[in-house]
Amino acid sequence: MKDKKSVNAALKEAWAVSGSPLIQVKDLKKSFKELDALDGVSVDINKGDVVFVVGPSGSGKSTFLRCLNRLEEPTEGQILFEGVDITDPKTDINLHRQKMGMVFQQFNLFPHMSIMKNLTLGPMKLQGKSKEEAEAEAKRLLERVGLSDRADAYPNQLSGGQKQRIAIVRALCMKPDVMLFDEPTSALDPEMVGEVLAVMRDLAEEKMTMVVVTHEMAFAKEVASRVIFMADGKIVEEAAPDEFFEHPKTERLQNFLAKVL
Amino acid sequence: MNFITDFTNDFYLNFIKEDRWKYIVDGLGVTLEVTLFAVLIGIALGFIVAIIRSTHDKTGKMKFLNWLCNIYLTVIRGTPVLVQLLIIYFVIFGSVRVDKVLVAVIAFGINSGAYVAEIVRGGIMSIDAGQFEAGRSLGFNYTQTMIHIILPQALKNVLPALGNEFIVLLKETSVAGYIALEDLTKGADIIRSQTFSPMMPLLAVAAIYLAFVMMLSWLIKVLERRLRNSER
Ligand SMILES: Nc1ncnc2c1ncn2[C@@H]1O[C@H](COP(=O)(O)OP(=O)(O)O)[C@@H](O)[C@H]1O
Ligand SMILES: [Mg+2]
Repeated sequence: MKDKKSVNAALKEAWAVSGSPLIQVKDLKKSFKELDALDGVSVDINKGDVVFVVGPSGSGKSTFLRCLNRLEEPTEGQILFEGVDITDPKTDINLHRQKMGMVFQQFNLFPHMSIMKNLTLGPMKLQGKSKEEAEAEAKRLLERVGLSDRADAYPNQLSGGQKQRIAIVRALCMKPDVMLFDEPTSALDPEMVGEVLAVMRDLAEEKMTMVVVTHEMAFAKEVASRVIFMADGKIVEEAAPDEFFEHPKTERLQNFLAKVL
Repeated sequence: MNFITDFTNDFYLNFIKEDRWKYIVDGLGVTLEVTLFAVLIGIALGFIVAIIRSTHDKTGKMKFLNWLCNIYLTVIRGTPVLVQLLIIYFVIFGSVRVDKVLVAVIAFGINSGAYVAEIVRGGIMSIDAGQFEAGRSLGFNYTQTMIHIILPQALKNVLPALGNEFIVLLKETSVAGYIALEDLTKGADIIRSQTFSPMMPLLAVAAIYLAFVMMLSWLIKVLERRLRNSER
């Protein structure tokens, strides 16, 4: 156990000085029985990148994102996160997940806990933070998303937009190195989309590394450093946002953009 | 006038004469003792089995333990509790002298565990998969996610069903007289066999069961309301 940890620490150190990507995905595949949800995806995500993933429904966007923190077990391929191969079954994935915040379409707040408990559970139980430390950090972040007054509320008392902002804060309280978003605004009433996007825009401006699956094309155009188009479990096209939206190269992307823009 | 005299005489005969009320009070003590400890065993056993079964359902692990649990559930839920009690007393403990209260506690505890297990498992499986994923994505391992996130919610959902199971258990212990355990029901039966006046002891015992069941129902309701208030 201890050995593995020190090996990982050494790998991480080597990675830190090498200037390698934060996440390296190599020929990632995921099959559900007969279906190839991911069919050989390779991509590098650098520190500070804001990568948007778009594509038709069922193209494998969620599967890709969920493989990154192994909520789905990849069938084949490699994911190096901070220089450590996290697809290796011997890797303690729980440690690495602490560094990869995830935000879900359905928020998934813990309904039996107050907002403050939602935010401090991870830091206290997993990172050995004291209650005071964890609460101070949670309050600071709550303030940033404009929800300081809701610390004692329960999730059921919040609107969808508020819930999603809290979900983002819950992930941030773990001090992650990357944030993964799976259609964070798709379950929201239209009038609440803006408040969540504002928080995400803020994060991007602070150079948080982000991987965002979304249908919000205008937002992608504005915030992304890179946009990836997926179809049939593959990356079909990948470009900087201007190039991606103004000069799509493949016919599939041209057709997709014609439909959604 | 006649009626009142009859009643008084009957009451005297069944409860006062030769301190017969002691059968009722001692019997009630035994019934409560058996129920209480059987509930504790039932909860412990039920939770263990429920966690094994739902871990298997969710992750595919624990194949052998899950198989054992399935046998336990099938056998216990597929046979009458009285038969189980008799088997444990006359077959398993047949050749050793053993406290009857202990036998009853074991029998009713094992029996109740099977029902508690299925209730709790239902509660665990009813929690949205997103709760589990949210826990895991923060870095909690399977066990931590269970303890901090899934079980508290599952328990809240199944509390009424669990309460109901304990009410059933309290009433079911009334068959303990078959192994000559002097519980509440048996107490009434002893009085009846001495006085040949069955109505009063049996009605008294029925009223006592009813009172305890109503009290438990009320307690469960209060608890339920409290838990619900803490969420909304
Ligand atoms: N748990 C699963 N079991 C079986 N098939 C799945 C599962 N999750 C996703 N799929 C299938 O994999 C494909 C990709 O799904 P997904 O990654 O959710 O697409 P997207 O997020 O782009 O809409 C779809 O055909 C979907 O039906
Ligand atoms: Mg999806």
